[in-house]
Amino acid sequence: MIRIVDVHHTYLAGTPMATEALRGISLEIPDGQRLGLIGPTGSGKSTLVQTFNALIRPTRGRVEVDGVDIFAPEVQQRRIRQRVALLFQYPEYQLFEETVLEDVAFGPRNLGLPPDEARARAAEALRLVGLDPAVFGPRSPFALSGGEMRRVALAGVLAMEPQTLILDEPTAGLDPQGKAELLDLVEALHRRRGLTLVLITHNMDEVARLTERVVVLAAGQVVMDGPTREVFARADELVALDLDIPQPAQVLRGLRRRGLAVRVDALTVAEARDEILRVLGTPPAPGEEAR
Amino acid sequence: MALRAVPIGQYLPRDSVVHRLDPRTKILATTVLTVAVFLVGTFLGYALFAAVVAGLILVSRIPPRTVLAGLRPVLFLLLLTVLLNLLFGGTTGSRVLLRVGPVVLTVEAVTRAVFVGLRLLLLVVVTSLFTYTTSPMELTDGMERLLRPFRRVGIPGHELAMMMSIALRFIPTLLEEAERIMKAQMARGAEFGRGNLVQRARALLPILVPLFVSAFRRADELALAMEARGYRGGEGRTRMRELRFGARDLVAAVVTAMVVLLVALPGRVAWR
Repeated sequence: MIRIVDVHHTYLAGTPMATEALRGISLEIPDGQRLGLIGPTGSGKSTLVQTFNALIRPTRGRVEVDGVDIFAPEVQQRRIRQRVALLFQYPEYQLFEETVLEDVAFGPRNLGLPPDEARARAAEALRLVGLDPAVFGPRSPFALSGGEMRRVALAGVLAMEPQTLILDEPTAGLDPQGKAELLDLVEALHRRRGLTLVLITHNMDEVARLTERVVVLAAGQVVMDGPTREVFARADELVALDLDIPQPAQVLRGLRRRGLAVRVDALTVAEARDEILRVLGTPPAPGEEAR
Repeated sequence: MALRAVPIGQYLPRDSVVHRLDPRTKILATTVLTVAVFLVGTFLGYALFAAVVAGLILVSRIPPRTVLAGLRPVLFLLLLTVLLNLLFGGTTGSRVLLRVGPVVLTVEAVTRAVFVGLRLLLLVVVTSLFTYTTSPMELTDGMERLLRPFRRVGIPGHELAMMMSIALRFIPTLLEEAERIMKAQMARGAEFGRGNLVQRARALLPILVPLFVSAFRRADELALAMEARGYRGGEGRTRMRELRFGARDLVAAVVTAMVVLLVALPGRVAWR
């Protein structure tokens, strides 16, 4: 479990360029939760998640992972980063080794595992992201497609065998098919391994699909926190923050404005379809039940 | 580690006459003044020179404190030079001022030490005044124009200026990128600044390889973007801001010439 208490962070503190990125954030993320972190650009999302694994030391406040203060002097921050993995935006630009397998094994090697074991873990991680280690393992990471590179980067953090996986805009710059595949992958990882997920994204359909709880940041503070459906039900507040709502909800709101008495809190296309059919009084056709 | 905190280029935008000068004027004046610093031969000359520089700082609206803070990096060099000149600057024939054990201070050495100290100080202040008041863009523009006459002898002024402005433009970008990559590798358990020299150097590979890859990618994209917008080198290229000499540039030139005549020459030339 990740627990942060009254975390503040100021970049370039003490200089004329000082900017306050986080202003007193407290949050608890229980094990196995799927959390969406949204907010306008510059609201502090990326800064916040970097405090979770000690990449950024907040200027004030406490960060605990499984009850341990991660900035206590006796704590090895490498151990924390093993438990709380963070995949940065455009992670394909962090690849550097000669082969895919060696690159994925970089994390396990840093954890002090013997080379054989590190490679075994790397192969396992590659399988997890749907890349055959026998085919992709010996190839150069620079000879892969963009989507494949991103999967390799994801494998690179999964090979650390973390408990929590933080994804910062994981689908940015991918084509629609690549996006869908990556989301399926993340969902499967959560289901099979019980990983805690923290997803930062601007795409509300991804949030609606993947998360059960949403935290909205604005100007370095938490302005909303609740179950995904409830947060998206506060559409006007989200729009006021320059944020979107999931597309199915947008469609339903449009229908409602034009006089169709539908509920507007659908999160997925299937839910929206069923709601429209319900209001129109037509039962779903056989074999077309909500997925 | 906040790599972004490294100050790159110390341009301080202000609304002042010095800022508005044509960059060519400032380049030439700075060159002339730095040469003049070495020509000054009397204390009176230095006093006058310092007064002119102080005046320039006032006119340019750069806070004097900023100028002083800018001196900090050269302070050690300054003190060392003064000290060395103090101790070893005199010749055997000159008048002894003070003798403490083996240390001998001669009049000549003290004079020379003070001169050298003042020279260094003025040199740094004059050149930093130039960088405080001239944006990198103006600097490269001015350089390009000044180098134009030398194209006949094969000096590619435009290309040099373009390379310089691109390099300046990308320094902060690459620093930011380096920090990002570093954090990404730390998230995979990498640690920097540990172990012996070889281990430390090896630990840099996971940063340097991605950094080079991305620098080349950026260079490629930039070249394409420039071509897409019709860039064909400097030939026939028009500018958004044309450099034009104005009345204030004439004033600056006169002031510079006067400084040289009044301050620098009397010490050198037999004026009697």
